[in-house]
Amino acid sequence: MSTTAMTGVQRIADAFASTTKRAALMPYVMAGFPTLAESVRIGEACVQAGADVIELGVPYSDPLADGPVIHEAGTRALAAGANVAGVLEVARALSSSIPVVLMCYANMVFAPGVEAFVERLARTGACGLIVPDLPLGEAPEVLAACESRGLALVPLVAPTTTPERMAAIGAQARGFLYAVSVVGITGERSGLAERFAEVVAKARASTQAPVALGFGIATPEQARQAADAGADGVIVGTRLVRAAAEAEDPAGAVGALVGELAAALAPTDQRSAS
Amino acid sequence: MSAPTEERPLEHRFGPYGGQFVPETLMPALAELEAAWSAARVDPGYRSELDGLLRDFGGRPTPIYRARRLSERAERPIYLKREDLNHTGSHKLNNALGQVLLAKRMGKSRIIAETGAGQHGVATATVCALLGMECMVYMGVEDTRRQRPNVQRMELLGAKVQPVDAGAKTLKEATSAAIRDWVTNVQSTHYVIGSVVGPAPYPALVRDLQRVIGDEARAQMLEREGRLPSRVIACVGGGSNAMGIFAAFIPDEEVELVGVEAGGEGIDTPRHGAPLTVGGRAGILHGSRSAVMQDEEGQIVQAHSISAGLDYPGAGPEHAHLRDSGRARYVAVPDRDALGAFREVARLEGIIPALETAHALAWVMAQPGGELDLVCLSGRGDKDLAEVLGAAGA
Repeated sequence: MSTTAMTGVQRIADAFASTTKRAALMPYVMAGFPTLAESVRIGEACVQAGADVIELGVPYSDPLADGPVIHEAGTRALAAGANVAGVLEVARALSSSIPVVLMCYANMVFAPGVEAFVERLARTGACGLIVPDLPLGEAPEVLAACESRGLALVPLVAPTTTPERMAAIGAQARGFLYAVSVVGITGERSGLAERFAEVVAKARASTQAPVALGFGIATPEQARQAADAGADGVIVGTRLVRAAAEAEDPAGAVGALVGELAAALAPTDQRSAS
Repeated sequence: MSAPTEERPLEHRFGPYGGQFVPETLMPALAELEAAWSAARVDPGYRSELDGLLRDFGGRPTPIYRARRLSERAERPIYLKREDLNHTGSHKLNNALGQVLLAKRMGKSRIIAETGAGQHGVATATVCALLGMECMVYMGVEDTRRQRPNVQRMELLGAKVQPVDAGAKTLKEATSAAIRDWVTNVQSTHYVIGSVVGPAPYPALVRDLQRVIGDEARAQMLEREGRLPSRVIACVGGGSNAMGIFAAFIPDEEVELVGVEAGGEGIDTPRHGAPLTVGGRAGILHGSRSAVMQDEEGQIVQAHSISAGLDYPGAGPEHAHLRDSGRARYVAVPDRDALGAFREVARLEGIIPALETAHALAWVMAQPGGELDLVCLSGRGDKDLAEVLGAAGA
């Protein structure tokens, strides 16, 4: 099936179903950082290195769910002139080769009107939308706008989420369910893995959609542990954004890291054979 | 009276405003807070402990004072509700006492707060010292500079002051940093928001705790003048002193309610803090939908005010609703007029008002029309001396 004939929800489902890795690899790329053009190159490097889905971050002035690395990258992207039109061009450029899910704070979705925003997003060929400050009770308008265009509105669940909320959120999940691995904001952390299995199991029990684990996952070892815990997808953000900030060749550096993460997610038999 | 006794549900929305736009991680904590406050506000044990502390520790009730020389010059009576005489020098103690007591009931061991002018931080640090709680206050680097005495007070009181070095380094960034801390430490920590902003139930919770200002003032006006004021005037940053005094007068339709925002360098420039006055599209900031200063794409823009407490690009959602319904109106006073009123009130009345409060005083002095005005003198201005003398020298 050609990608253009599929809805965003279908393309994401296809990416999870067809990955040859133990879990889909889902790098986060900040659109416009360090520049719009370079962020396209970073995204392409992720595709080359084995990414299955790209989470494309929209730079925002007040990102409440993000730690200092992604906040700083967003601030610099805005200072470098990133705007919605530019970010959506990045989404369009990457969407021809990989399913793109936009991560965007609520005020930017509501500012032009939900319908207008989601329509613009749909026209880029992007597959879905994550709004980290849009909990279930505030989501109906955005969900309806996404559903009518076949886009996935991906909700988040946290370790603090109660069983009742988990069931309600899981039932609404489209594309995948984003399970936040820690109580906290985005950023690299060590010693997380002992809770992965519990977090994934709770999320899995609430939904038919694939479960992707994110927040705090930075290393190949942690990515492997997430797959061991049963996650269908592994989201890596801050580590890659930090590499883009520190390297002279951001696309090369991010691509190399994504390659290491992809190798860590290779099926066990291949790993033992190599 | 520190809180309403009737068992009506806490509002999540005020017309189209309010709501809960926060990461999922915080949602259970907001539900827990709402349940705790719904129970505490009608619990006689909690109420009596809070009322006792407001009286014996805080010094309530605060008086209303008929400002002699201001009234003479204005040729009409101008009353001041003396929140500056509250312990710690502002209305902020009313909210801090209520919330930290509540946090203790909820079994939280750690308190965080944001502060702009430092008054809320000082009030929270004070109550944490009183109740033996760990306290961390987030404050923009720019505000730690212009409100240095309050940083020193907080540290003396045993709080840790965490400077925030992002963006414009003022109240917006301090609030964002406090929310991020809360997302990370939500199980042990209560976040004492200092104004009628944030996700539900905060705007209703803080209003409930601040309405003691209006309940007292309304009874005091009736006792002293045998009538209600024709106008009630208060400054609005997030808007907690205004919401507190307005709340008691909302049913009295003959009483005009006026909120005074920071005009900064002028509301025809981008450098102000007057989202309610300027109007425009609503936006989402710090967990609720309200009047917000933002660009076309929804990026929050920097506010500007000479007063750190009004230097904020948002305002409480209930204010936005009062504006739309016409029940209250909102105006802006620029930096220079606030500075003028700061000096004038000091000399005329022997009261040095906070720079925030000086905005409300400037408006009332410049706007005749009321037969009987009541101004919320929300805080004292000792903290502002360096800033004012610096501005005068510049």
